Amino acid sequence: MSDTLSNAAAAIPDHRLERILAGFNPGKLASALILPTLGILVFLLAWHLSASRIETSLGQFPGPVQVWEQVQNLAAEHRRERDKEAAFNERQQQRNARKLAANPEAEVKWRSYTGKPTFFDQIVTSLLTVGAGFLIANLIAIPLGVLCGLSASMYKAVNPVIQVFKPVSPLAWLPLVTMVVSATYSVEDPMFDKAFLNSAITVALCCLWPTLINTTVGVTGIDRDLVNVSRVMALSPLTHIHKIVLPAATPMIFTGLRLSLATGWMVLIAAEMLAQNPGLGKFVWDEFQNGSSNSLGRIMVAVLAIGLIGFMLDKLMLALQKRVSWDKQAVLR
Amino acid sequence: MINYLELSGVGIEFDTNGSKFRALQNVNLKLDKGEFVSLIGHSGCGKSTVLNIVAGLYRATEGGVILEGKEVLDPGPDRAVVFQNHSLMPWLSVYDNVALAVDQVFRRSKSRAERRDWIEHNLALVNMDHAMDKLPSEISGGMKQRVGIARCLAMQPKVLLMDEPFGALDALTRAQLQDSLMQIQAELGNTVIMITHDVDEAVLLSDRIVMMSNGPAATIGDILPVGLARPRDRLALAEDPEFVHLRQQVLEFLYAKHGHPAGTQAGNQAEAAAVSPAGTRLAAVAKSDAAVDSPEPGAPGTAAA
Repeated sequence: MSDTLSNAAAAIPDHRLERILAGFNPGKLASALILPTLGILVFLLAWHLSASRIETSLGQFPGPVQVWEQVQNLAAEHRRERDKEAAFNERQQQRNARKLAANPEAEVKWRSYTGKPTFFDQIVTSLLTVGAGFLIANLIAIPLGVLCGLSASMYKAVNPVIQVFKPVSPLAWLPLVTMVVSATYSVEDPMFDKAFLNSAITVALCCLWPTLINTTVGVTGIDRDLVNVSRVMALSPLTHIHKIVLPAATPMIFTGLRLSLATGWMVLIAAEMLAQNPGLGKFVWDEFQNGSSNSLGRIMVAVLAIGLIGFMLDKLMLALQKRVSWDKQAVLR
Repeated sequence: MINYLELSGVGIEFDTNGSKFRALQNVNLKLDKGEFVSLIGHSGCGKSTVLNIVAGLYRATEGGVILEGKEVLDPGPDRAVVFQNHSLMPWLSVYDNVALAVDQVFRRSKSRAERRDWIEHNLALVNMDHAMDKLPSEISGGMKQRVGIARCLAMQPKVLLMDEPFGALDALTRAQLQDSLMQIQAELGNTVIMITHDVDEAVLLSDRIVMMSNGPAATIGDILPVGLARPRDRLALAEDPEFVHLRQQVLEFLYAKHGHPAGTQAGNQAEAAAVSPAGTRLAAVAKSDAAVDSPEPGAPGTAAA
């Protein structure tokens, strides 16, 4: 093997391989690839070994292999469910077509498919919910943070409220939110599901604070000279905020947004579990109640999915931050 | 004749944690249109405070500033300030930094195309038209300060206020910028108040040098008219006896009469005692200035021409 490799290298006249090898930095490659892989392998091994020793009332604790089987199961269930939906829609279409052929005046009804949501549907629901909650939170937090940063009196007035509500767990808010939503949101043919609103609002209440606090700090910390430049130019308050305050505070606002999104994602799972709102949290809870021998494996899939999605959301925010950041020299991680 | 810019009896007191600190007392100064005046003095003597009061960034506790017959109450683009550390918006390109000011000041009076030409014209004036799309972090300190000056010039201020504009630059860059500033001022006839620590810079650029006594309760110690003919050439002036003499006078004021406070209580008191006669003298100086305009060769109109 090594012989063929070196022969191949010798056969390349333009020394491409040598150049690649020259650029090959063992230390760098090790830290970039080998070490994380090693970490994951050690974790999988430890998981595998310890899982086989844990006996629960639902059978043995799932190891990596069982969890992988459940991943495939969940994917298969998703495909079956989609096939069923397609079949249902086709049958419905044929029926309606026949009806219309018999009598063009006939009223045709379209019913949407009401099958059980699959694991992947739950992920989509969870993402939508966290997105809605995150959006609500930031629509309040960023403007309020800018105000608090610009006006010391405003900050003094708002600060006690922030300090009191910041440490409150989502689970404490949830019953209140549920009651308030069901009392106030009672319209015919609602645009949003109540359960969706409950979890979105709970998420919003919890991920309001990091953005609010970081925006305030970012706005307060604007260079005095830049503020003076703006005063000398006699910029209107709105132009001042748009042209000076927001760009200057962008790095801090993004720090807040990233913390917010991470908090929101964590809170969402808890809220869905407790409130029986659809989503990943409900999936975990349902599997726990279901108590089949596969349940623990399926929950473990959800745990890993939650972790991976959280990680990807943070990477997404980081990419966004890098895109909008004016300070290209700043090291973001 | 009405003075273009007049500071009369300006004093300011700062409230620091309950205790009052008197920074300035009885500052009187009159400027004619097109005049270049430097404020010089030791650190902490309140030079920047004077400038900030003229800019409208601080409100004087007593006395006031009148510009072209109107009292200065708020900051505004007619009194543009060049700050020491350039103060460009780091997220805006060179062009956009100037555009921010131009769009604000000429929003109604100039069309979009006219504004663009005006921005480019002002950047060309400071020789920065080659770097319009660069971000401030991509250009040198001297270049940033050039852009800062262009931004202020573009606002067409009645008075250009400069707070140690070249203080943070190396000697060579500083000399280049001083020459540019002299040239621009000769061309446009701006009225300028510049704060500086640099005696040579003050003598080279100014029509008058306002020397400030040490704080607290600082005031104008003396005003030195600089009668050197314009245009001035730094190399020729270096050996000019009048230049050397003027330079000597400023140094004498700064180090002999108002040596930097050693920090001893006795020294401070002695200085406080020395301030008041100087303060009364200044009123006389300021008056005579206004009265005898013509005998000064370096005075307003002639200077700009």
